[in-house]
Amino acid sequence: MMCLAKAIDYEDSERRSTLSVGAVILCPGSEGFDPSGLDVFGYGKYSNVVTSEEFERILSASGPYRGHLMRPLDREAPKKIAWIQCVGSRDINLSGNGYCSSVCCMYAIKESMIAKEHSHDELDCAIFNMDIRSFGKDYEKYYNRAKDEQGVRFIRSRIHSIEEIQGTGDLIIGYTDETGLIKQETFSMVVLSVGLRIPDSVANLARRLRVDMNRYNFAVTPPFDPAQTSRPGIFIGGAFQGPKDIPSSVTEAGAAACAAGTLLADGRGTATKSVEMPTEIDIEKAETRIGVFVCNCGINIGGVVDVPAVADYAATLPYVSFVDQNLFTCSQDTQDKIRDVIKEKNLNRVVVASCSPRTHEPLFQETLQACGLNKYLFEMANIRDQDSWVHGSDPKSATEKAKDLVRMAVARAGLLKPLTEKKISINKRALVIGGGVAGMNAALSLADQGFETVIVEKEAQLGGLAGDLTATIEGADIQRYLLELVDKVSNHAKIQVLTESLIVGFSGFKGNFTTEIMVGPGMYERKIDHGVVILATGANEYKPTEYLYGQDYRVMTQIELGKRLEAKGAEDLKTVVMIQCVGSRNEEKPNCSRVCCQSAVKNALHIKELNPDAMIYILYRDMRMYGLLEDYYTEARQQGILFSNFTQDHPPKVEATDEGIMITFKDHILQRDLIIPADLLALSAGMVAEDTEELASILKLPRNNEGYFIEAHVKLRPVDLANDGIFLCGTAHSPKLISETISQSLAAASRATIFLSQSEITLSAVTAKVDPDLCAACLVCVRACPYGVPRINEEGVSEIDEALCHGCGICAAECPAKAIELNWYEDDQVMSKVEALLKGVL
Amino acid sequence: MRLNYPSNIRIIRVPCTGKVDLIHILRAFEKGADGVYVVGCLEGDCRFSNGNLRARKRVEQAQQILNAIGIGGERVQMYNLSSGEGPRFAEFALEMTEKIKALGINPMKLAKMKKVA
Repeated sequence: MMCLAKAIDYEDSERRSTLSVGAVILCPGSEGFDPSGLDVFGYGKYSNVVTSEEFERILSASGPYRGHLMRPLDREAPKKIAWIQCVGSRDINLSGNGYCSSVCCMYAIKESMIAKEHSHDELDCAIFNMDIRSFGKDYEKYYNRAKDEQGVRFIRSRIHSIEEIQGTGDLIIGYTDETGLIKQETFSMVVLSVGLRIPDSVANLARRLRVDMNRYNFAVTPPFDPAQTSRPGIFIGGAFQGPKDIPSSVTEAGAAACAAGTLLADGRGTATKSVEMPTEIDIEKAETRIGVFVCNCGINIGGVVDVPAVADYAATLPYVSFVDQNLFTCSQDTQDKIRDVIKEKNLNRVVVASCSPRTHEPLFQETLQACGLNKYLFEMANIRDQDSWVHGSDPKSATEKAKDLVRMAVARAGLLKPLTEKKISINKRALVIGGGVAGMNAALSLADQGFETVIVEKEAQLGGLAGDLTATIEGADIQRYLLELVDKVSNHAKIQVLTESLIVGFSGFKGNFTTEIMVGPGMYERKIDHGVVILATGANEYKPTEYLYGQDYRVMTQIELGKRLEAKGAEDLKTVVMIQCVGSRNEEKPNCSRVCCQSAVKNALHIKELNPDAMIYILYRDMRMYGLLEDYYTEARQQGILFSNFTQDHPPKVEATDEGIMITFKDHILQRDLIIPADLLALSAGMVAEDTEELASILKLPRNNEGYFIEAHVKLRPVDLANDGIFLCGTAHSPKLISETISQSLAAASRATIFLSQSEITLSAVTAKVDPDLCAACLVCVRACPYGVPRINEEGVSEIDEALCHGCGICAAECPAKAIELNWYEDDQVMSKVEALLKGVL
Repeated sequence: MRLNYPSNIRIIRVPCTGKVDLIHILRAFEKGADGVYVVGCLEGDCRFSNGNLRARKRVEQAQQILNAIGIGGERVQMYNLSSGEGPRFAEFALEMTEKIKALGINPMKLAKMKKVA
């Protein structure tokens, strides 16, 4: 048997079942492109040519070389590694995959950085690319770090061959650089950055479900309804909709859940089961009896740490009444065993020595609750992540450390007290801040699911930045969409819109917020009680100070150009030049604005459509036409639109003359300056976050240097804020396209719905409490609390509302009178660990 | 990630470094620890707004006290990293271990060793 826990039934066979459902969400994902068929890269022929997925395994501690950086041929540590980008992407000739896979630039940069960290000696990393597409939130900073701090080389090139040097296993990469010169360089190892493709099995599934796909087998979705497939009731999340990274996949999965939830709103709560918990055992007068469970975690712990020795040692510790060791403490049958033992041995404190409380604490706490023990009478010792995994080469020290960690955990467990979690009812109303496309979509989704929603917009009308946009790159009419959206929102019985309104006060806690709003135009004050907040404050187009903008009428931004084309056409435009990255990717605003490359291509194609004879030059640094946008880039080149690359150090020069705007730039193939007289110069101005400094300070929310709000987790929680009950969407999060904005607003609405559909919420008992007898009302806690929670009450002492407390413990550490304790982290509980650790040292 | 780092480190969990009290740090030295370090979020990126900055101040206070009483302020340090920076954590562990090895054991233990001898 392979599975030690016997969790796998090897005799199991296929079963067919029929489910009756109201909606289907497709998240079948994608797979890495197989480069075996492409001779030029030598994959399958040369052992030291690997795919990026294989390299990921090489870097992994559970991989073939246990995380040691080695190349396959001779298990030697490589000295030079090359990454080849766009293998099976942006390639119409060899693989037929015309799209950009969106994720490979970032994973290649990541792999190069990790490889450098893993390498004992100096490691040279080079990434051969056509463009580096680090277009996601804060990605450009990561790219800059790789380039400027870690010395990863980025070589703009086309690869024509990879050959192995006989005898050494090294590889010669033959390539053409951006000036057209043919060059070669030798590497110890080559990683092929393979793109994403839709597996045939997924395409077949989609055909069976009668869901339309494009020519690359990605599911077709309308620009303004990004979670909707061609078949009503079937929604989509993730890479099957188009190549995308984790944050976008998580976001779109949220959008799909929201769309399905809206469809099924009437059935909410009709098929739920609730768990019955026994009443809690009173342990106040009971003697302390600690049970210790030491986990082998298969061989994860047991393979390094002498688990029986640790268990024997635990049995000698004070108040320990029972010790057991388990193969997998987290398995269901072990939970049953623990429950029986707790009852049988009258245990009233439990210590599990296993893995991380971050992943497993809730599971064990549930087991305690199931036999009537308060969940706070539990403590974990992390002898895996903090011990066996990181000290694998020294089992003796690892065992000693495990004993120390168990002794510390037992010491603290003995001092734990039962704590009561407060339950509060929640207000089912939502407040949406910002009435642009993001805010309106979030509001509409919530209202359609039956939740009352209030939109606060500071301008006189709804619409936001979308009011200035004409069409998407697919040709969908944004103004028509916006009119319909505003109409739906304005006429929805459950949505209230407050325009010309400002937020001036904010108080309360998740589920029970109160916001003070000055409502225009009369500026009277209103207080709104609500359970959640959705932030949709948006962003604007940057107003350039560069390239004669504002000084010459022939210089305009892409949004202005879009409007101009709508109003005046392009008959009069013989030559148009566009300059990319204006107000992005510079010292002041280091990030990429994501949308400007496609804005330029969109407007350029529109000009060509209106006036096929127009000459258009796009001067760019990297063309970031990610995902399916790449097709429009290909089309633009086919239509004769000229693209010329420049570097940040050598930007184009612009001069106004009567003959036209003269633009001087260095042609990267000719390697000499060209001067183009243009009728119009379009600046691809980046995005700047709406000014939310005051709002962020009123709501106490964190923002990054560029003024975008910071989500709870960049990858896994892209629409949640760290503050519970507050969600984020649209360009308030980072620059994005209108379809991406809509996805994110649905995702935010979906997260808010999860919260609002509960009848009550349970608050953590890890909160601070004041001993009124010790409090000197010195106000230190009042000043120290990042959330302004402590207040001086009628008795003249500090009081902390447990519903408002975030449980950081800052006040407890600052209090000079030691009048404040943080539950579960009381001073004696923390100190007991220090003392247990150092017992007998002095 | 499972990066190896020296096995002489024992982690005590706190909700925020802002919860780490001066007395917690000093007690560790009083009981014979050779070194203590506090690892928090990146500055400006604290989960609880500014807990890590308060922790830094307390670490600095502890350094002054340890300098004043001859144990040596360098034995206590503050480090910052983001949750995605496992390798940095391992680096800190190594750096701190080497620093402490260079400084030698807590002088309070020397006294005890002399007594025993």
